[in-house]
Amino acid sequence: MTETVTPTEALVVEETETRPGFIGQSVPRKEDRRLVQGEGIFIDDMKRHGMGFVHFVRSPYAHARIVSVDVSKALELDGVYGTLTGDEVAIQTDPYFELTVPPGNEIKDYCLAVGKAHYMGEPVAAVVAATRDLARDAAELVEVEYEPLPVLVDPERAQDADAPVIHEDPGSNVVWSGLFSWGEIESAMAEADHVVRIQRLHFDRFSSTPLECSGGLVEFDRPTGQWHIYSNNQFPGFAAIMMAPALRTGIDKLRFISHDIGGAFGNKICTHPQLTACCLLARKLKRPVQWTEWRTEQHMTNTHGNERVFLDVEVPVKADGTMLGFRCRAIDDCGAYPRYEPLGCIIWSQVTPGMYRWRHIEIDFTQICTNKSPVGPNRGYSRMQHLWFTERVIDIVAHELDLDPVEVRKRNYIRSDEMPYETPNGCVYDSGDYSKMLDMALELIGYGVLEERRAEAAERGKLLGLGIGSTLDSGTNNFGQSQLLNPELQFSGNNEVATIKLDLLGEVVITLGTVPQGQGHETVASQVAAEILGCTPDDIHVRVGHDTYWNSHSGFSGTYASQFAVTGLGAVKGAAEKLAEEMRRLAAAVLGCPADDIELAGGMARMRDNREAALPFMALGAIINVNNAGLPEDLDVTLNARYVYRPPFQVPDKERKFGNLTLTYASQIHACLVEVDPETGAYEIVNYAAVDDCGKRIHPQIVEGQVHGATAQAIGAATHETFAYDEDGNLLTPNFYDYHVPHALDMPPLHAGYLESPSPFTAYGAKGMGEGGGAGIHAVCAALQDAMRAAGNQIVHDSCNPPWRVWEMLQDPESTRRLVSVEERR
Amino acid sequence: MDPVTGKTIAVNVNGDQYEREVEARQLLVHFLRDDLELTGTHIGCDTGNCGACTVIYDGTAIKSCMLLAIQADGARIDTVEGLASDGELHPLQRAFSETHALQCGYCTPGMLMSAKHLLDNNPEPTQHEVRRALQGNICRCTGYWNIVEAVLAASKGEA
Repeated sequence: MTETVTPTEALVVEETETRPGFIGQSVPRKEDRRLVQGEGIFIDDMKRHGMGFVHFVRSPYAHARIVSVDVSKALELDGVYGTLTGDEVAIQTDPYFELTVPPGNEIKDYCLAVGKAHYMGEPVAAVVAATRDLARDAAELVEVEYEPLPVLVDPERAQDADAPVIHEDPGSNVVWSGLFSWGEIESAMAEADHVVRIQRLHFDRFSSTPLECSGGLVEFDRPTGQWHIYSNNQFPGFAAIMMAPALRTGIDKLRFISHDIGGAFGNKICTHPQLTACCLLARKLKRPVQWTEWRTEQHMTNTHGNERVFLDVEVPVKADGTMLGFRCRAIDDCGAYPRYEPLGCIIWSQVTPGMYRWRHIEIDFTQICTNKSPVGPNRGYSRMQHLWFTERVIDIVAHELDLDPVEVRKRNYIRSDEMPYETPNGCVYDSGDYSKMLDMALELIGYGVLEERRAEAAERGKLLGLGIGSTLDSGTNNFGQSQLLNPELQFSGNNEVATIKLDLLGEVVITLGTVPQGQGHETVASQVAAEILGCTPDDIHVRVGHDTYWNSHSGFSGTYASQFAVTGLGAVKGAAEKLAEEMRRLAAAVLGCPADDIELAGGMARMRDNREAALPFMALGAIINVNNAGLPEDLDVTLNARYVYRPPFQVPDKERKFGNLTLTYASQIHACLVEVDPETGAYEIVNYAAVDDCGKRIHPQIVEGQVHGATAQAIGAATHETFAYDEDGNLLTPNFYDYHVPHALDMPPLHAGYLESPSPFTAYGAKGMGEGGGAGIHAVCAALQDAMRAAGNQIVHDSCNPPWRVWEMLQDPESTRRLVSVEERR
Repeated sequence: MDPVTGKTIAVNVNGDQYEREVEARQLLVHFLRDDLELTGTHIGCDTGNCGACTVIYDGTAIKSCMLLAIQADGARIDTVEGLASDGELHPLQRAFSETHALQCGYCTPGMLMSAKHLLDNNPEPTQHEVRRALQGNICRCTGYWNIVEAVLAASKGEA
């Protein structure tokens, strides 16, 4: 990095009309005061009297039969409270429910390995001791005898006759497979002037690696059978559905509580196995147990992002550069256990044609198990992999047919006048202007002087390339899409809950079902409620985190899948409107006028035409809570409102795999310039532009933060971050030494721009957002390919391109050229 | 004779004097968090890469997971809990909030202490100097852009 870096600037902002009040204002974040003072309460900060520390004994083998587990020496150590083994787990729990169809649903997944270890780092036993160091010492005394088995790491070999079978019960490594076919791909092929073929593209395995590792503190209340699960799990609804049947208990016996969470990004959805083990230990040892994952454990065993290969890609293209669709096979590697999978086999189809007007699409999709860490949602979940593919298709086709990457995008983008646009599989893109966003991004990146910069870089011996990445951040899932995967599943729609009350002293109190991890939900919820209640965000207390005991949650509660602005705020808005209506009725009863004559403003309920006749919030709260004699009998007012927001979804057509799978589509166009050193393959991102459109921004600064963070994660994933395994299934990047995440010096100059295309389907026109960073992966890949035009016309075929891979491509262009061919049809 | 496995240490943390018996193998970060209940200093890795545990040791920013507690015997340690005084936030704390330089807040204490060390020694750093000073601190939420802005703003008295 040079010192001539320009700071972040939002050079282009085109806002829709700003509403009065707090919506659209970057009010100070409520969360900040405690966090900047180190007063946040994260999971490892919680302590309980008599608490024991949990440490897991983990398999050093990727695939091995467990011959024996002997905990006796560990139990002899002073300060050790107890242990848990797979044999106990197999007796005391049932395997987790599997989402997939037979035979994949025969996979037996427990909180500890039972009989066999299926990936390096799989927990085999657990030890609890008085201190974390003692627990580690004791874990080393647990003697496990393993019989190593042949290992499967290559997903493309998983169906070979001689491939090791990872789970004996299903008898196959295939978790799920299905054919997705929309339009008429054969006719499109016949109509094409060129058919571009790509043999293989690979989307790499990485994760967002939140800085706070996973953890939990579990207490068991013996008389009631109630577990109190303090954790940083980000989707308690899903954890409860997994854990309650496994623990043979009711959903309400699992109380989930979270406070501050140190980043999650989807990686903290699937912590239910470890939390289950903690539940068993708390019950067995009659004491609270605390588990904090070590970084090495997080890299080895916390969910990774889905790895995916795209094979035998065929793209029919017209002479003018119009693409008609594509056909391919996709193999998704979910690691050793499906857990949240195979939902990723469907989730990508929220963005089937990417941003393009492609109508003829066919994908033969298979998900398989390997001896690697299980995968799970990771910022951009499954759509990122697919959108990387669509962007590679665009840029490879452009490269091979000598089309301009800007022009070919504009020719194929869905147009703003076609919005709302129904995709070939029935999804509805709500709003957006992709061509305009691209123009904004190009202006920010200095496209006008691209060729001059290229020539100037060439004089310095550098190869300069421009790359564009277009993505959609689909938000607010219709869980009915799970039925496309397995028609027997009984999930559909979506919902989120909020409660709001006016308390005795006039304090407005909100509880959320969402589980924020840095997205500022306390702040944004208070903006929405303040606007409706006629007070300020400072007058509103939003409780921190999530708690089942608040009864402000539903089965889908959590923070994931870019939905808070729609579902979370939809719930807050609904609850605040209910409360406002009650406050008006109460004031009307006291002041003796119709409720319609009452307005809420300035922290008062007052008569519109006689502002002297006013009741402060404190008076309303006191009347209902402690001073209610004489109120009319039929006045049904509690000043305690609960609202469940439910988006308008239908169950999709299972036969055609057709229907609206998400409510909103935020969009991102990123562009970057890279300079490659042709001698070494080292490269630098020298300029970067990110244009984001998430509809109306409720809190622009928080949106900006999400854009920045997602961009940085994409830059990391594009340039370095990889969970690499050797042929024996050993993870080669189990810590931040080997797994290089970007540092402050790695960041390019960033220019951010915002467009606001309000969603017609949501309150305030806001769209969920935060996952659009995949655009950065696409843009870096495209820029590298563009840069290498002058050095052999290489095809970028992997999502992760560290300098060594660029060097390999520079050394052997032909190895990448072989991956593509063009058939001329006319 | 049994080997010595512990020692009494005297440490000044944020101006308060502590005397505690510590295990020889205890890390300074665990001493701060577990023994002194100063949980603002966080742990994000096992290898000294992430900087969430950064504190100031006799005037130098260090990663408290890379030091044993007994090595702090006689030292003055400053942690994030000591930044604000009399309820007034430190200019860096204000700047972090105003420029949205934190999201989840997990890396923030370490970032603040690295930044404080920089500004204590170089009150008017260039942007590059700020980025170099924060190189040992990982943030997974912000992409660093607003953090760099915050430190520059604090250095210019803009917060």
